[in-house]
Amino acid sequence: MTLETKNLACGYNGAIAAENISFRIESGQTLCLLGPNGAGKTTLLKTILGFIKPKRGDIFIDGKNINCLSAKKISQSIAYVPQIHTPPFPFSVLDVVTMGRNVHLGMFASPSKKDYALAEETLASLGVSFLRDRIYTEISGGERQMVLLARALTQQPQILAMDEPTLNLDFGNQTRVLNQIRRLAQRGIGIIMISHFPDHAFLLSGKAALMRKNGPFIFGNTDEVITEGNLKSAYGINVKITGINMDGGVCVKTCVPVIRE
Amino acid sequence: MTVKTSPKIPAPKRKKMSDGKIIAALAAALVLLFLFSLCIGRYEIPLRQLPEIIMAWILGAPAGDAAETVVFYVRIPRILAAVMIGAALAVSGAAYQGLFRNPMVSPDILGASAGAGFGAALAILLSLGAWGIQTGAFLFSLAAVAITYLTAMAVSRKNDAVLTLVLVGIVISSLFSSLVSITKYAADTDDKLPAITFWLMGSLSSINAGDLKVMIIPLAAGAALIFLLRWKLNIISFGDEEARNMGVDVKKIRPLIIAAASLLTATAVSAGGMIGWVGLIIPHVARFLVGPNYKILLPVSFLCGSLFLLAIDNIARTAFTVEIPLGILTSLIGAPFFVYLMFRGRKSWV
Repeated sequence: MTLETKNLACGYNGAIAAENISFRIESGQTLCLLGPNGAGKTTLLKTILGFIKPKRGDIFIDGKNINCLSAKKISQSIAYVPQIHTPPFPFSVLDVVTMGRNVHLGMFASPSKKDYALAEETLASLGVSFLRDRIYTEISGGERQMVLLARALTQQPQILAMDEPTLNLDFGNQTRVLNQIRRLAQRGIGIIMISHFPDHAFLLSGKAALMRKNGPFIFGNTDEVITEGNLKSAYGINVKITGINMDGGVCVKTCVPVIRE
Repeated sequence: MTVKTSPKIPAPKRKKMSDGKIIAALAAALVLLFLFSLCIGRYEIPLRQLPEIIMAWILGAPAGDAAETVVFYVRIPRILAAVMIGAALAVSGAAYQGLFRNPMVSPDILGASAGAGFGAALAILLSLGAWGIQTGAFLFSLAAVAITYLTAMAVSRKNDAVLTLVLVGIVISSLFSSLVSITKYAADTDDKLPAITFWLMGSLSSINAGDLKVMIIPLAAGAALIFLLRWKLNIISFGDEEARNMGVDVKKIRPLIIAAASLLTATAVSAGGMIGWVGLIIPHVARFLVGPNYKILLPVSFLCGSLFLLAIDNIARTAFTVEIPLGILTSLIGAPFFVYLMFRGRKSWV
């Protein structure tokens, strides 16, 4: 399973938010999408998901242009994990997660016992079975993020497109979500996620992409993309990158912004 | 690995009764209320006499018995109309609330009632008779929704289709309300103005068996379509983009549901006049009973709507010597209930 863009330009209506976007990820890889506000990260994600038509360029899933795929086919391959939100109705968590099964159901169909069982399995695989009968609008932000992740996973996609999965989460829950993303990648799911923290790219140690308002799209291995120079040019601040030796001899890099010079 | 949780309280025991039992209980209540409604009225019929009358009718006994006439030619058509109109308004209200992702939406959000009001007022002004009033109300109701929908499609930017529809609905409703005012202004104050005013307040007193036959086809068609698509309404309530990624073709399903719900509303309003609040509050009652999943919410809304309007119509025709217009009663009950909802409402409700 591969997802590839070639010279993609995306934007709303007349304006182009980002252009010359070329990258390729495979099953089991993570791509952390970084960049300042307004650089077009969300627009790019929505273009890949097929919500917005590309301005120029092409998107390929397994070598097939998504122009030739139906919306339903795309959503069977790429599942969307939106930012945490509150829907207007107090659905139970199990109902919300089961809704992901719809990509495999016909127009007038509703989920069967098997679909509900699959949703329960997904909750269990994320370690959140206890949320099953809780009300989605009443649980905490971290729990809701897990439920949205579970909903996307019941679509049984090869790729997850996550829009700031750590938004508004506390430090502990951010780390738990990142851990879960790593585990999903190890299970062979490709992941594209938007983040505001370069450290997330280091922690996931996969691919990274940096989007800038007036500069080229940089894509590559995290170590090559997240450099002091690139961060300076993207965010306009000075950053020091340093490595920390973790247990087991693994070195994890981290970014520290320079407050005073 | 687990997620840090809010304090672990056991899952709320929302379901004291299973969904199936609730439906069975409501259906039983509807049958009982139906039988009770046959007996009450100015011509009282003792309950024990009811089987006798029904048997006589089935066996084709000689007609002319006053009780039989009252039951089969006066009460049954009216009771069935109340049941059908209540169900239609509740189902279309529930569908619109999901479609517009807003629990405070009612079935006339796209101008169906205002359009019907104008159609009826115009027909009364032109002395077109009962048949003309119903036809006029029905056609203008659908026309108002069509104008709303087409205008919204023409002005809508890609990402706020729902908001545009609601706003255009308000505009078109207001337009048709002014047209109603014009017809009232032009109407003869001795007979036509009272007739228009009375129609606008809603009543089932003039329903006959012929009206029922006309109503049943659009009601059945509209309700069937919404029932078939009901589970998708859950997904649509998460917004267009998420629904799209969950495999719901919103661009295709939204017009279908709007058409079906408009058919229900237009039929209900053209037969019974303006009966407000049912479509707004009944889905809330149903949600309170069985939760928001449309799979079960829709049948429960259907039954609750029938029960509610039948009960209200019983009050309307028996409480005083003069009939009370239905719309007045539903507002008298609906408005305080709405305030109650706001008090107990979840954050997102208001």
